[in-house]
Amino acid sequence: MLLLDLIILLFAGGALAWWSESRSAKAPRWLALAFLSLGLLYLLGGVMQIPEQQFSLIPQPDNPQTWLLHYRVDWIPRFGINFELAMDGLSLILVTLTLLLGGVAVVSSWDEISFRPGFFQANLLWTLAGVVGVFLAMDLFLFFLFWEVMLVPMYLLIAIWGHEQKAFASMKFFLFTQFSGLLLLLAILVLASIHANNSGSYSFSYFDLLGTAMSPQLGFWVMLGFFIAFTVKLPAFPFHTWLPDAHTQAPTAGSVILAGILLKTGAYGLLRFTIPLFPQASVDFAPVAMALGAASVIYGAVLAFAQTDFKRLVAYSSVSHMGFVLLGLYAWNILAVQGAVMQMVAHGLSTAALFMTAGALQQRLHTRDMRRMGGLWHNMPRMGATAMFFALASLGLPGLGNFVGEFLVLVGLFAVNPWLAVIAAIGLITAAVYALIMMQHAFQGTPDPQRQLTDYGPREMAAMGVLIIGLLWLGLYPQPVLDVAQPVLESLLAGGAP
Amino acid sequence: MLDFLWLIPLLPLASAALLMVTAGSLPRPLIAACGAGSVGLAALCVLLTGLSWAHDPVPRQMELWTWMQVGTLRPTIGFYLDGLTLVMMSVITGVGFLIHLYSTEFMEEDESLSRYFAYMNLFVAAMLILVMADNLLFLYLGWEGVGLCSYLLVGFWYRDPVNGAAARKAFVVTRIGDTAMALGLLLLFTELGTLDIQQLAELAQGKWQPGDTTIVLATALLLGGAVGKSAQLPLHTWLPDAMAGPTPVSALIHAATMVTAGVYLIARNHELFLLAPPTLLAVAVLGLLTLLLAAFTALNQHDIKRILAYSTISQIGYMFLGLGVGAWSAGIFHLVTHAFFKALLFLAAGAVIHCLHHEHNIFRMGGLRTRLPVAFWSFLIGSAALAALPFTSGFYSKDQILLAAYQWPQIGPWLWAGGLLGALLTAIYSFRLVFIVFFGEAQTEPDRQPGWRMALPLSILCVASIVGGWISLPLAEALPATQSGHPAAAVEWISIAIPVIGVSLAYLIFLGRQLDLSALVNSGLGQRLHQFWYSGWRMDALYNWLWVRPYQFTARLLKDEPVDLAYNGVVHTSVALHHLLSNLQTGRMRWYASTMVGGLIVLLAVLARAG
Amino acid sequence: MPGLQVPLEHVLMMAAALFIAGLVGLMVRRNIIFILMSLEVMLNASALAFVAAGAHWGQADGQIIFMLILTVAAAEVSVGLGLVLLLQRRFKTLDMDNANRLRD
Repeated sequence: MLLLDLIILLFAGGALAWWSESRSAKAPRWLALAFLSLGLLYLLGGVMQIPEQQFSLIPQPDNPQTWLLHYRVDWIPRFGINFELAMDGLSLILVTLTLLLGGVAVVSSWDEISFRPGFFQANLLWTLAGVVGVFLAMDLFLFFLFWEVMLVPMYLLIAIWGHEQKAFASMKFFLFTQFSGLLLLLAILVLASIHANNSGSYSFSYFDLLGTAMSPQLGFWVMLGFFIAFTVKLPAFPFHTWLPDAHTQAPTAGSVILAGILLKTGAYGLLRFTIPLFPQASVDFAPVAMALGAASVIYGAVLAFAQTDFKRLVAYSSVSHMGFVLLGLYAWNILAVQGAVMQMVAHGLSTAALFMTAGALQQRLHTRDMRRMGGLWHNMPRMGATAMFFALASLGLPGLGNFVGEFLVLVGLFAVNPWLAVIAAIGLITAAVYALIMMQHAFQGTPDPQRQLTDYGPREMAAMGVLIIGLLWLGLYPQPVLDVAQPVLESLLAGGAP
Repeated sequence: MLDFLWLIPLLPLASAALLMVTAGSLPRPLIAACGAGSVGLAALCVLLTGLSWAHDPVPRQMELWTWMQVGTLRPTIGFYLDGLTLVMMSVITGVGFLIHLYSTEFMEEDESLSRYFAYMNLFVAAMLILVMADNLLFLYLGWEGVGLCSYLLVGFWYRDPVNGAAARKAFVVTRIGDTAMALGLLLLFTELGTLDIQQLAELAQGKWQPGDTTIVLATALLLGGAVGKSAQLPLHTWLPDAMAGPTPVSALIHAATMVTAGVYLIARNHELFLLAPPTLLAVAVLGLLTLLLAAFTALNQHDIKRILAYSTISQIGYMFLGLGVGAWSAGIFHLVTHAFFKALLFLAAGAVIHCLHHEHNIFRMGGLRTRLPVAFWSFLIGSAALAALPFTSGFYSKDQILLAAYQWPQIGPWLWAGGLLGALLTAIYSFRLVFIVFFGEAQTEPDRQPGWRMALPLSILCVASIVGGWISLPLAEALPATQSGHPAAAVEWISIAIPVIGVSLAYLIFLGRQLDLSALVNSGLGQRLHQFWYSGWRMDALYNWLWVRPYQFTARLLKDEPVDLAYNGVVHTSVALHHLLSNLQTGRMRWYASTMVGGLIVLLAVLARAG
Repeated sequence: MPGLQVPLEHVLMMAAALFIAGLVGLMVRRNIIFILMSLEVMLNASALAFVAAGAHWGQADGQIIFMLILTVAAAEVSVGLGLVLLLQRRFKTLDMDNANRLRD
């Protein structure tokens, strides 16, 4: 029940926040923060009650008892569609990240939004509800439903509260994701009908569809449908071009959850669905996927270096980082996949903070153009120092979470394909180039004596503090996260093996 | 004390964290006390550790916690203590404390004192982690950590974009080496399934014969890391630019400790390198080439700090040469003595710069012998040690390296001869510096004298630079012994004579003026050669042309996202179709009615036909 | 007297001719009043066809439909006249081609 409650809580919180805007312009953000904290506490409280040994069980597809939490009711029995939610270690990590970054997103747009603040928070919470649903749904039809649910409010966030080119960016975002959603739907339907032909009854359940037998050609095409749908979201080269525009134009909170969480749904989809559902096709496809990952790493880093817009730079750095995730997933051994999961979490934290920085800069300077910045460390030392920290996280400094992720991916990848590992490792150098040039253009250099700027206050520092502690923890003692993910990843690895 | 090993890096780390969190809100004397005191305490701890270790000098391993455990990968946050570690720790905390003490006066008037000491303390902590780590991944953490602090401190005065560029160059160039090292780690782990340094050594000896391709490749990749961090060919170009940082930083990071990390890395993994003779040969040859190249460049510089920077590159070249020819302890010995005398030289140079309104050009100094006596005597002793004049510390360590090189089979004598040429050049350029800066006519008047917090570290380092050659380092267990055997007495005598000849030459050329080289210098060839060496053999220009420009060009080319062209193609096609069809919608009712009629007629005709 | 005095074909041809006249009027005239009149002609042409067919088969259906068409025509005229007034007020013209704002 906890899982359903969580989703309902977020939807209801959104509705309440919307309603409250007629009472007070400040109420919605407090409500949103309260509901997100409540959700996080509720989740963690519920998880605490799960017996310790449950965490080390390997989740079996056919045995709900081996999952951390499981909820299921019939929905459309005629087509074998159930309302089935389940949580294992992987979902737990990602849902926790979602709620945490949701809170950070609310804080990051605390006094940025003056137009319809209630509707803004409502869209934020609904997006998060959709994301949580995506991470929990174990029925492909339900998964698709949540997949679409998270897109529409996100589209509205960009289209209504975005910056100067919001119409263009939101439309581009919507078209890319909608097109990928169409591919996903088609692939799901084809898969379900193959299953129905094989077994004689309809089912959309993930567990039933696992191990569906089909001809290699058909399997390849259906797999490709899933793959493209998720890599558009990830995003990987060459499907990434919606991301710089969407990130740049979105309001701060939108960028934070877009980069911090929504991108992870793509990686999650690959890990949970694409590879396990089509093990053989994925083996054949792995070299191409890994090549795309390596291309993303380098291409994203080069383009990040080329940008003059602070947010675009961070957006391209996301492309580069998510390339590591793609590499890790398709290297498909425990080291690399653990690295990919770690990279997802760490990238969520570090990029969220960098987008918050970008938002704070935009709010103070009314520009994102780094050519018009410079010397800001002098005006805002706290912002400069935190930005430096996250830039370092972004370039993969050991001791911070991103390094653990990247290193594990590289270790796993090296055993599979050393040359790609070499190419990806070059990404470590290029990452240093763009992260440091960003610091140089924005915070170092000669300060403008005319400029009067306010530094971060306690609220922003609190949000940054949470993210800093999170990254240090992931970087120095990542074991708890690794342990939680371990059984899940082992079972996924055992199921399908490229 | 051995159980509290973790306290040693923790002290400066905690101080760094405190200074960062308080962000300059503490009173300034407290900041200085915190910054210097924490390193002083750490030095004290190292001393106690050394004393208790001396009772029972066996290597010890101490694991704090498992960093991460995935599959067979299980790096720890753990320390390893043996003679080599202890030597390095002593240098880092000892010299480090002196430099911190010096900094409290040098940086007294800087507005960002807190930031400065936070970075410096963080550096000491990272450097301690680097030398104390028991596995290569944790070592890599320290390795990157010191690189980061180097970046932060080189760019400490961030308002000048030149400093920022120098800092970025330092970080990115060393990161190229670091990435090679990371690949080496990947290769070693993939082959041997562990990253623990001791286990690696054991497993590697069981798995490979000397000269096997894999181990040669792995050590070559580690060498890549060492070359980057220690500013050796071909990744040395960042160090001269790194002089943009405050002078104590150059003394601590770019002379005494961080730049010698590469030497430490090779010495720490000597079992692996011994399995890869080709890599060792590369270490020796790279060291020799670097030391010659840097010595020629140092001879042609005007900036006092750049001269010292090139001499650092050159001296680390000696250490590499020593490692390459199997003189492991001599290499580390030179590392230690170099830490003393080069820190001394940098600090003395800092005193000169500090008292001379931040003047860097040696030709605008002169006659400072009487005006800045403390700096003069420090500089003189430091230069004597650098030039390896007999009975200074640098003499003993360099002598050992050169003798070992001579005894190396095959190309040994060549290495020795190259090293001697380097020693001659070293003597010339170091005393050129002394004669030009401290003798002759005064050009600029100093406006102050160094206080006790600057003078005391200088005096202690003076003593260390002289007597440093007489201490014996506890390296017998940690590193393999150098082959014994004494070469001919002539070889020894030549080694002793060369620095003296060099100093005499410098005297004749730069002070006594008996040897007039102006005709040679002013000739066309001389000018061109001077320019060539002044620019550091044009390596910067070469790398600019080879790497930086193509990268910038590619970035500019790709900036506007060429991939979007494909998607925009789809967009343009559909827009064109849209325009085509939207012309049908005129808004005129008559047109609609007519098209309806036309459509109806066509439909009827079709139906009639079908019917 | 049951049946139809004139041959059905003649009446239908008459109706068709009327209908085409109305249709052509609709297509070529720009004045909305003429358009409404053309519409009226077309409606009546079809009504004529219904009445003739009803008479031909001796059934009342034709007349019933005629009544229906009458009411539709009345409704159409009332709406149409409303449009005429609005058009006059808004655009100061009765030219339908000017009322093409829906195009965009």
